[in-house]
Amino acid sequence: MINKIMASAAEAVSDIGDGSTIMIGGFGAAGMPDQLIDALIDQGAKDLTVINNNAGNGDRGLAALIREGRVRKIICSFPRQSDSQHFDARYRAGQIELELAPQGNLAARIQAAGAGLGAIFTPTGYGTDLARGNEVREIDGVMHVLEYPLHADFALIQAFKGDRWGNLVYRKAARNFGPIMAMAARCAIAEVSETVELGDLDPEVVVTPGVFVQRLVCVPSALEAAA
Amino acid sequence: MKRMNRQMMAYRLAQDIPDGAYVNLGIGLPTLVANCLPPDREIILQSENGLLGMGPAPKAGQEDPDLINAGKQSVTLLPGGCFFHHADSFAMMRGGHIDICVLGAFQVAANGDLANWHTGAPDAIPAVGGAMDLAVGARQTFVMMELMARDGSSKLVKQCTYPLTGLACVSRIYTDVAIFELSGGRAGVIELVDGLTFDELCSMTDLPLIDAREGASA
Repeated sequence: MINKIMASAAEAVSDIGDGSTIMIGGFGAAGMPDQLIDALIDQGAKDLTVINNNAGNGDRGLAALIREGRVRKIICSFPRQSDSQHFDARYRAGQIELELAPQGNLAARIQAAGAGLGAIFTPTGYGTDLARGNEVREIDGVMHVLEYPLHADFALIQAFKGDRWGNLVYRKAARNFGPIMAMAARCAIAEVSETVELGDLDPEVVVTPGVFVQRLVCVPSALEAAA
Repeated sequence: MKRMNRQMMAYRLAQDIPDGAYVNLGIGLPTLVANCLPPDREIILQSENGLLGMGPAPKAGQEDPDLINAGKQSVTLLPGGCFFHHADSFAMMRGGHIDICVLGAFQVAANGDLANWHTGAPDAIPAVGGAMDLAVGARQTFVMMELMARDGSSKLVKQCTYPLTGLACVSRIYTDVAIFELSGGRAGVIELVDGLTFDELCSMTDLPLIDAREGASA
């Protein structure tokens, strides 16, 4: 029998080792898997390379992981924001490495990794500092740059509902990077607000097929926790 | 000269978005355009974080942390709107499915080069977001900005000195004093605010502008 549902967030993240590359879902706080990250902070893994769109917002989730000094390098598109104080402090102190990528290239590179592609040619970034040194090619009269896939050891994502096979549906704009990060990581771990029986998710609306997900944890949603 | 304030700039730009257009509004100044769209037109707003058919801000108390725009502000979804993941969202932009994007800018060159992500200052933390994808992927890129920088220099320039976002991608610039159409490497002036002459605008920008206003002799 396949049962990917784990008893706790702590169990789900227990084998994440020092130096791992981890994709973390979310756009700002929407879709940020706070409870998996709290468990990861407790677990103690360090020298992590993190792939996320931002570099932490406020004091929870990725911001907390950075505050605790666990992140050696971050690959993201938009680190600087009004509430990115924990990243800003580490960055200005020279304690965290930043690799900046245009947001669409970040998404395409993650998707390419999940899809088993060797690389992609993208027009985004051509002629800019963010593609300096990349191989270029003219395709149908448009200049493109070569970008390589982004793989990860683990993906930590948030979804709305999941079943024991790992099928997932999301909630509103919290979907963002979840589906492609699940594809790109060797081990994708989802925190869901609710687990359901096989067959309860309409197969026509499943967003992430279970094959892309290795572990699920049911946690009270942020909405419920706030209530 | 009657300079337009930001609300007036947003209103003026909104008049040029046609019925049926799919539009992405960048964070900052362009966000104001959302509140100025002509009510008799059906214009669909895309947000990079996975929304199509984005609606206005919710009433106080109705905010949903899972329903935000690219600037992480609370928004709503119109009937007929939908959600999708990031690779699909940027496929919409890069694949030429978005008719118009509106971006802010530090500088725009007369040839359409855009600089809006980094000042290049040594202590600045750079952030690019989706700007480079929109710049190359949207069918038309409009810029909305005040013409003059705080130090009194023109932000419409011969050549950008800030790091570039995209090459030759901007087709129109909506400013507080004039509207410019960029084509063939030159900047044409298609509208001026009252009380400003074409010659005065040329001296503000220090560029060889073309008078492309209706009725102007070429």
